[in-house]
Amino acid sequence: MTFTKTAVLLTAFALSACTSADRFGSGSGTGAAGADGSLAGSISDPTSPAYFNATVGDRVLFLVDQSTLSQEAQFVLDGQADWLLTNSEYSALIEGHADEQGTRDYNLALGARRASAVQNYLISKGVAPGRLKTISYGKERPIEICSDEACYSQNRRSVTVITAGAGV
Amino acid sequence: MTYFDETAINARFFQRAMRRFLARKNTGLTRWMAACFLAVSIAAPAVAQDRSGPLRIEITEGVIEPVPIAVAPFLAENAAASEFAREITGVVASDLVGTGLFRDLPRESYISEVTNFDGEVAYADWKAINAEALVVGAVTMTSDNRLLVKFRLFDIFTGAPLGDGLQFAGSTNSWRRVAHKVADQVYSRITGEDGYFDSRVVYVEETGPKNARQKRLAIMDYDGANVQFLTDASSIVLAPRFSPTGDRVLFTSYETGFPQIYELAVGQVQKRALSELDAETMTFAPRYAPNGRTVVYSEARGGNTDIFRLDLNTGDRVRLTSAPSIETAPSFSPDGSQIVFESDRSGNQQLYVMGLNGGEPKRISFGQGRYGTPVWSPRGDFIAFTKQNNGRFHIGVMRTDGSNERLLTASFLDEGPTWAPNGRVLMFTRESAGADGQPALFSVDISGRNLRRVPTATAASDPAWSPLLP
Repeated sequence: MTFTKTAVLLTAFALSACTSADRFGSGSGTGAAGADGSLAGSISDPTSPAYFNATVGDRVLFLVDQSTLSQEAQFVLDGQADWLLTNSEYSALIEGHADEQGTRDYNLALGARRASAVQNYLISKGVAPGRLKTISYGKERPIEICSDEACYSQNRRSVTVITAGAGV
Repeated sequence: MTYFDETAINARFFQRAMRRFLARKNTGLTRWMAACFLAVSIAAPAVAQDRSGPLRIEITEGVIEPVPIAVAPFLAENAAASEFAREITGVVASDLVGTGLFRDLPRESYISEVTNFDGEVAYADWKAINAEALVVGAVTMTSDNRLLVKFRLFDIFTGAPLGDGLQFAGSTNSWRRVAHKVADQVYSRITGEDGYFDSRVVYVEETGPKNARQKRLAIMDYDGANVQFLTDASSIVLAPRFSPTGDRVLFTSYETGFPQIYELAVGQVQKRALSELDAETMTFAPRYAPNGRTVVYSEARGGNTDIFRLDLNTGDRVRLTSAPSIETAPSFSPDGSQIVFESDRSGNQQLYVMGLNGGEPKRISFGQGRYGTPVWSPRGDFIAFTKQNNGRFHIGVMRTDGSNERLLTASFLDEGPTWAPNGRVLMFTRESAGADGQPALFSVDISGRNLRRVPTATAASDPAWSPLLP
């Protein structure tokens, strides 16, 4: 592992560690690593979804009303693509989320855009399209609940949820 | 933002307001003194010409001060009817006062009591307490346990009935509906508008913390009474919409894990998915066409959201927009020929109108900020919308060509207006800010007055108003 790669992973870990504590408590998608973490495995096992969530980083953040992938987001997604290519027995459900500053319908559409941006990026890195599904939660599932930019910035996210099975 | 021309309030209104002002100065004086003072003010020529015709409130002109009326306690024509008579009087008064157009004079202020439904009206006594209108009613319980409710409406100023007496019959279970029907008649005769009290609202009941909300579809009377739940809280449900006949509801549910639109018949648990698409396509934001057989909605596929039309009988599906931008929140014009929707093709959310079959849409919103969730008024004269500008949310209305934009509300988060069946009142979701923030239902009339919270037991969002019940 090169020095650069290590640095990226450490950064990803630092980012995801801030938010992963309540990751499963927020009522995320179905068919995912469940609330009981049954699919998660050991965080020290690099082939486990728990490792993916905590170390690779399961989420990327977006600017207001944007679905563009930032440099940081692309680093995290590179790690996600590597992990998915290595661990081909898993698939992923990509959730798109929005902050509360928007109408319900529009935020659903915006979340779909974000999830799709992540999906397309992962496909461009070689992940088979059949292993990646997307869903939008719009503003229905915020992870942070204050009404300030500090929370909004965390809620404007995509979350890559590892699911069992190699996809179709 | 432009406001409707409020100077259009006519002289009649000004004079009325003056008369009420004069009368109010007598607060605390004896009834006799009040009567004398009023007699003097009525004798003044300007006020004597106050009303040349029957009592008529023009809602679009805005009302400076609620018009005082007397909803006399409904008479119980037999003992079994007495409780119903009392309750029905309360609902009639509550409906009328709730419009912000009327003030119900307290019974203590009455000079004469109504003791006989068919008796002579003591106009002078009602005039003396400044009542502009008098509602008289009577309730009978029949031998087969049905309620007969009749009422008469009098214009005190002209000293004549406003329309004929009417009688409604209903089961004891439907006493509230009967009361709403009486109030609808009174409202309609005075305003010249259709009523809206005998109607229901379908909405989303919300419980639990902000990051783990539980949502259930619920239906209630327009005033918050008679709540029933249509779904359980096992999956997220969003944005229910009534069919034009009020007997079916469209909504979005995450039941399969992915948002899809469903239809259910009110009063039945069974629901059906309208789209048999692959799970990669999300469907949401459905609304019925005025014919009730067609639905417009959004599909998100591959990150792009467009508008489609679905025939409920044949299942035929027609794409109406085809752009890389977000197109959503479609709503039919009441004649079914046009569809208003929102799109961010210009760079941010704006409102557009297109034909029934799609085609090149015409942009109608041009003000500052972003516009979403357009809804065509059932009367066809306005489009209501949500507007976001400078970090605030507004409910607003504009003419269907985009002119005469008027913002009715402002708050941290207002969204999703729905029209009362008469197109003169809007209900919407208002969410409070912060970690403990919660949504609630509010209503406001199209002049921007009479903002009030609709009573619900828990947090509530996404209201949709039914048509007037049959």
